[in-house]
Amino acid sequence: MKGMTLIVKTITRLLLGFIFVFSVSIILFGHITPGGGFAGGVMLACVFILLVLAFGKKTALDIVSEKAISIWDSVGSLSFLEIALLGFFGGFFFKDFFSKGSPLKLFSGGTILWSNISIGIKVFASLFAAFMALAIFRVRRER
Amino acid sequence: MKSEHLLPLFIALPLGAGFLIPLISLIREWLADVIAIITVSILVVFAMCRLSDGVIIYDVGGWTPPFGINLVEDGLSGLFHIIIAIVSFLIVIYSIGYMKRYTARSKYFCLLMLMIAGMNGVIASGDLFNIFVFLEIASISSYALVAFGIDREELEASFKYLVLGGLGSSFILFGIAFMYSITGTLNLADIARVLQRSGNSHMVQFISAMFIMGFGTKAALIPFHAWLPDAHPSAPAPISAMLSGLLIKALGVYCIIRIFFNVIGFNMSFSVVFIILGVLSMVIGALLAIGQHDFKRMLAYSSISQMGYIIFGLGLGNPLGIIGALFHLLNHAFFKSLLFLCSGAVEYATGTRDLRQLGGLWKKMPITSATCSIASMSISGIPPLGGFFSKLLIIIAAVQAYDTLGPTAYFLASVTVFVSFLTIVYFVKLQKMALFGALPEKLEKVHEVPASMWSVLIVLAAFCIAFGVMFPWFIGTLVEPAYQVMLETSEYIIKVLGSL
Repeated sequence: MKGMTLIVKTITRLLLGFIFVFSVSIILFGHITPGGGFAGGVMLACVFILLVLAFGKKTALDIVSEKAISIWDSVGSLSFLEIALLGFFGGFFFKDFFSKGSPLKLFSGGTILWSNISIGIKVFASLFAAFMALAIFRVRRER
Repeated sequence: MKSEHLLPLFIALPLGAGFLIPLISLIREWLADVIAIITVSILVVFAMCRLSDGVIIYDVGGWTPPFGINLVEDGLSGLFHIIIAIVSFLIVIYSIGYMKRYTARSKYFCLLMLMIAGMNGVIASGDLFNIFVFLEIASISSYALVAFGIDREELEASFKYLVLGGLGSSFILFGIAFMYSITGTLNLADIARVLQRSGNSHMVQFISAMFIMGFGTKAALIPFHAWLPDAHPSAPAPISAMLSGLLIKALGVYCIIRIFFNVIGFNMSFSVVFIILGVLSMVIGALLAIGQHDFKRMLAYSSISQMGYIIFGLGLGNPLGIIGALFHLLNHAFFKSLLFLCSGAVEYATGTRDLRQLGGLWKKMPITSATCSIASMSISGIPPLGGFFSKLLIIIAAVQAYDTLGPTAYFLASVTVFVSFLTIVYFVKLQKMALFGALPEKLEKVHEVPASMWSVLIVLAAFCIAFGVMFPWFIGTLVEPAYQVMLETSEYIIKVLGSL
């Protein structure tokens, strides 16, 4: 049996959903509450890292494959650049072109919400990729 | 579109290409090459478009400086932008042939694009913290690129580079933090304005020392050079050309010029430090280069020596010295890239870069040999090539520095001439061991590299000749505007901040 003991697996199974939802909420509400794209992205990566630690790397890679991590990584950065470029076509690079909305609502704060989401995706993918690189890749031993 | 709007695209385009390449190469691997070529071609066009314009200030997000982030493009950044655009364009074309031997081409081009974005960012940025951020983008991609071959030697070089580069970056970051603590701002022009009012305190001197250590590490000045002789030879040849031709200049020399001439303000004490660092780098770099048997390692030490020339010229502080240094920087970007690409071509064809195992290659690889000779003559300062005029300007400037330095100036001028002689010595050695002499038996089957590679060598060699033959034109169009920017700190402040 791969992974850790039954106790760890059971607790992980119970906790994972909560951590996941919490991390998504940290990303989405980053502009009105403490937190943001980076903190939420780190937590999101931790969900998968926890999965690797408790169940082994195969379980995690079945959900998000190496290729998918690489795609998410690029998508996160490209969407952030996209926000900057949309502003560029509206007058200035990084111009806040979105409506500001009413304060303390989810859809407020202009482009910050969207920037947080793309940063969240990027941080999640990069951190998880770095962790998996340590877990997956092996250097050929020299004789 | 107005040309000021091109400025953020210098950073956004290669950054976007860097992130697009891993995605698009999932469809077809060769698409990575196409995107890389398109990006660098557009950058060349943009850099050319910018030539005729004056100073451009771009407010990112529409926020005016000193409150918002701003990008500044003046003569100095224009010079660097055009060097980076042209050399990286040629290097990308060379890479397409050269990188066939490696796997993961898409990752290579992705990192290369990020490195270009980082360098363009450092040059365009108008505030200290963004300079640091872009400097790290460029440095981190270069750490990865040095280790690209993932052999034992390459990983070791990359680790050494990572540790020393990280140390240099921390000095820069500390310097920025202290600077922020005494001026309360990160905008370069605003810092300059505050420092003009408050004067040169001990704290400013301490910060300057930190910056000299940090940026000196990036520029590989002796005694901060230990990473370079390992890192530059270990990388794939186009990356060595990129590191030696562009990176040490964009991250090291450019930042030194911008901060010490436009922000802190150049004075006698900096002049002495720069002259000492410059002379040390010149002499020790050249002496160490003579003893090398590895083609690329010799070039790496030569880079240290030539960077010494540039810093020495800047340190002299007189007009001829600064113009000579900037012109030498322009020359060095082209001839050193050419030499590294030649070493790559030799390694590509023969499989070795050990000079003792090479010889007689001019019969087998005429184009590589001819271009290598042109670059060697230019770097050794043989007329009428570009290197001769830049070295001549620096030597005359050293003689002229008699007014400020006294008889030491003559001594410095003779040291400069002596180092120029040493440069000829080790390049003659390189020519003799690699290109001339008897052809070893096992190199009988060697033939010239593919056209995509040798055509780049020819273009770079043509630049080396043009810099010499048309040197007044190049000094007038590229170097002179950059020199004007360095002269006046107040001018820079007024242009960026207006009449605040």
